[in-house]
Amino acid sequence: MVKVIIYPTNSLILSDLVERFGHQPVAMMEKIKEKISTVSVDSPPLNITAEEPKMGLKYAAVEVPAGVRGRMSIVGPMIEEAQAGIIVNESPMAFGCMGCARTNELTKYLIRQRDIPVLEVDYPRGDNEEEAKEFVYRIAEFLKSLPKDEEEDKA
Amino acid sequence: MAEGESDNITKIVVISSDSVLPVDAAMKIYQSNTDIVIKETCFGTMVTGPRDAVNRVVKEVVDLDRNHIFVKERGFLPGDERRCRSSRGGGPRPGFHYLRHEVQMLPTIGKALDAYDRKAPLKEAKQKKKLDVDKLEDLIESQL
Repeated sequence: MVKVIIYPTNSLILSDLVERFGHQPVAMMEKIKEKISTVSVDSPPLNITAEEPKMGLKYAAVEVPAGVRGRMSIVGPMIEEAQAGIIVNESPMAFGCMGCARTNELTKYLIRQRDIPVLEVDYPRGDNEEEAKEFVYRIAEFLKSLPKDEEEDKA
Repeated sequence: MAEGESDNITKIVVISSDSVLPVDAAMKIYQSNTDIVIKETCFGTMVTGPRDAVNRVVKEVVDLDRNHIFVKERGFLPGDERRCRSSRGGGPRPGFHYLRHEVQMLPTIGKALDAYDRKAPLKEAKQKKKLDVDKLEDLIESQL
């Protein structure tokens, strides 16, 4: 079983497919759960503290907006934790609540920079069945090509 | 949050099946003899409880129609003040638009999973290409 980071980081389809084919999705939802179930972070409607933009300095410079750095303080450790990645390009809804365009670009860039197997696909458009088949086929074959057992990655 | 809740998880079960209705899934969950909480929604159910119990129950539900029921974890509990619409003055909760966008894709993804299981050969999908500059020029000139 391999930890696979997904982009968009909150995708239902990708999270399900990764789990369906026997791997562990590294997704935003579980990181948010860790954050909000920490006793110190309980200030509705905020999910993060003022410390997060400082932690984000590891991934983005100080002149970058605090929102990007705050988001990167969650996404950055996810990228470091991952052992493989799936990036879905042309995702029309990956903008808005889930993040901003610059965070998304930085996320994709950092995933590509890591020396891990990465698959890049496009979302199927509308109800185009052939594109959906190719989407599922490529993701399934990629996930099946990853090692199933946790072998060396304890260190 | 209380410390005892640390191993509690919430999973969203989205049903896009012709044979299983959200109420069937809810009944299946109600029948399970565990201390989990469920919330029925327009797209499926949300299941909250201890990790093992939730995983077991969700697996039972998914087995009803494996390729057409999709699951993901959720960060917030159902009814959490920071997300619940009742305390935020209405409107869709954050994340709903993305979920709705993906839910529209699920029927084709389900069919694609069926085809993958059948090992159906993959046809070359016609990629939409951007319009050629020469073609655009021809079109413009033909209008004159």
